[in-house]
Amino acid sequence: MDRLKLVLQYFQSNSESISNGICIILSLISVKLYTSFDFNCPCLPQYNKMYALGVMFVPPIILFLLGVLVNRHTGVLMEEWVRPLGKRTKNPAVVKFLLSSMLQRSLLAPMVWILMTLLDGKCFICAFSMNVDPKYFTGIPNSTGIELIKIMAKVPCKEDVIFKNSSFRKAVSRYVRCYSQAIGWSILLFFIFLGAVGRVLKPCFNHATFLQTRYWSNYLDIEQKLFDETCVLHARDFARKCVVQFFESMREDVTVRMPLSSAFRPSTIHNEYEEEEEERLHGITRQDQVDHLLQTWYECKPELDVTRMAYKPKVCITWEDINGKALFSEV
Amino acid sequence: MDKFRMMAQILQSNQESFMNGICGVMALASAQLYTSFEFNCPCIPEYNYSYGISMLVIPPIWFFLLGFVLNNNVSMLAEEWKRPVGQRRKDPTVMRYMCVSISQRSLIAPAVWISVTLMDGKSFLCAYSMDLDMSEFGKNVSGHGLSQEELLRTLAKIPCKHIYDGQHILSREAASRYICCISQAFGWLFLLIITIAAFLIRAIRPCFTQATFLKTKYWSHYVDTERKMFDETCTEHAKGFAKICIKQYFEGISGEIQSFHDNLHGDDSDDEDDKSATEEDKLMGVRRLDTMNKVLWDWHTCKPPLTLRKSGDASTGQNGDCSMNANKNQDGNVCDKTDLNEGQNGFKHGYVNPGLEIGQSELGKVYDNASFSIEQNGLTNRHSNASTSQNGFMNGCVSSPGNTQRKAWAVYYSKV
Repeated sequence: MDRLKLVLQYFQSNSESISNGICIILSLISVKLYTSFDFNCPCLPQYNKMYALGVMFVPPIILFLLGVLVNRHTGVLMEEWVRPLGKRTKNPAVVKFLLSSMLQRSLLAPMVWILMTLLDGKCFICAFSMNVDPKYFTGIPNSTGIELIKIMAKVPCKEDVIFKNSSFRKAVSRYVRCYSQAIGWSILLFFIFLGAVGRVLKPCFNHATFLQTRYWSNYLDIEQKLFDETCVLHARDFARKCVVQFFESMREDVTVRMPLSSAFRPSTIHNEYEEEEEERLHGITRQDQVDHLLQTWYECKPELDVTRMAYKPKVCITWEDINGKALFSEV
Repeated sequence: MDKFRMMAQILQSNQESFMNGICGVMALASAQLYTSFEFNCPCIPEYNYSYGISMLVIPPIWFFLLGFVLNNNVSMLAEEWKRPVGQRRKDPTVMRYMCVSISQRSLIAPAVWISVTLMDGKSFLCAYSMDLDMSEFGKNVSGHGLSQEELLRTLAKIPCKHIYDGQHILSREAASRYICCISQAFGWLFLLIITIAAFLIRAIRPCFTQATFLKTKYWSHYVDTERKMFDETCTEHAKGFAKICIKQYFEGISGEIQSFHDNLHGDDSDDEDDKSATEEDKLMGVRRLDTMNKVLWDWHTCKPPLTLRKSGDASTGQNGDCSMNANKNQDGNVCDKTDLNEGQNGFKHGYVNPGLEIGQSELGKVYDNASFSIEQNGLTNRHSNASTSQNGFMNGCVSSPGNTQRKAWAVYYSKV
């Protein structure tokens, strides 16, 4: 239990680790799915190829779509792409970066499935046993009226009666499986080579721009998360205040409420909780304000400039001697 | 549980030990992959050799390349190699060291695969069964009545137990034992050679250039740690920026400006002050899109010098002086002087403050207790007669009662 907590903590430390973790989990799921899947070649000439290629390609498509769905970056990417311009310029490089990182992660689980089918060989044998030329192999069972192609189509099925006491089936299977493994290894080598070359060469091109793009896509992710959190907190305080107001309005005593000037208001009247609550509400206290806020967040995103709130001009004092040479300066 | 946690902590403590961990994991993965992989010799004369040898050679290539892919130091090395010189010199020995250490780590998993394959013997058997010399087994070479081609085909089936049909010509077990024995001899020889090579490198290297080695090791760790710190700082900055941006947005919509520091709530706003002070600290004076872009741009094109400013030291770095160049645009690879007129004086390691032309010796003489510090807000308290009058200071959006140093400035400013 503790170990799981530790692993979870490590993966939640930042958003990228979460995506990596999900990616790895999907690959493990795909491995487990493959090993537990009961491959059942029909051993009929018309259906072999369809079945085998279906098993090889349909689950990867499902896994890819699942990977795209589960990835957080998909939402951020789509929102950034389709939003109106508002007060914030759009940076196409950020969209491209998010897209490529999302695609890379989503492609891992499908690739694992495809490689496993190739290395295992069953799909290939099922699909391509009919394309093998039998004259290279000895011991072909005496065709008891069955056509050659039907015999070849039965090769993937071990238990078929025509192959008893014959090494023909095993030889053909080995041959086709050897091809399948060779293709699997080459594909794996190709992708790993591509990955290594990409890793080595990427900093050589536009690295400074890449640092910027990476920062801003990380920023968009954080901003969306924080916005959701702020909205949730706001909703909670709004609800609480609304309920309290409702109860107070039902009170039977008539109370005349008069605003007291803030200079006379002792600070002990507001308790800390209410102050915190008011701050969390940020002045948004009506339904139409909330609606307007949420609408504007999409249609007119604010600009990336917090100078208004965070800017405090500093006074720089320099003490100079008679020659104008600075002796002491505060910055 | 604690052991696991400690191990995880140790492994993550720096990049090198993390890489050692990955290296170990890959070596185990390579051994596991070999045992779970179904070796499938085709037993056909044309394909046996290629299959056997590629099983021996291609997976090591993958593991080697995979070591490069998984190693973060690779992109760090490429970045260090390709960056413009900026204010920091490039050290080729550091880059060579990093390259060598990356390659050494990536070579372990391939070596494990090759030795496991050779010890097991299946790939050798597959590749070389056709080259068997029958006279070794005391068999008559031509006494079986098969043509050369058929003999070859029969020999090619030796690795496949179930389809071998030449038992009367040559015993399959004898042949496979023989070839496996040769394969194991090669395996042990390979292990011996790489162990001796590793031992020689490790034992002899300190005889040459040990001092330089210590230096390069330090600076390569430094580069790694600096990169990590920069990424962490950027993430913290992004968080602070996002928080303030959202708050600004909410208040913009509602039409109220809630100032951070409300003067009326004196004592119970200390926490708020600290909280919002630290949020602003996280920004370190970088508050706009273009400023942040410039920070990131200059981090690559014009890295700051490896010189930390001491107390009272206002000199620039040793490796070059950015302030000598006039303002150039961002596209050039020349770093430009940040204009401090905007009042952003946070993120400026290595930049000269305009108006500050003090020699170091004079600084030491004039005052002892002044202190510059690298962060923006971290002025230490040096003036004892700071009055707490705020009246001269409450103009515009500047309001900071929580910070006595700023009030002190107000006093001096009004006097000056």
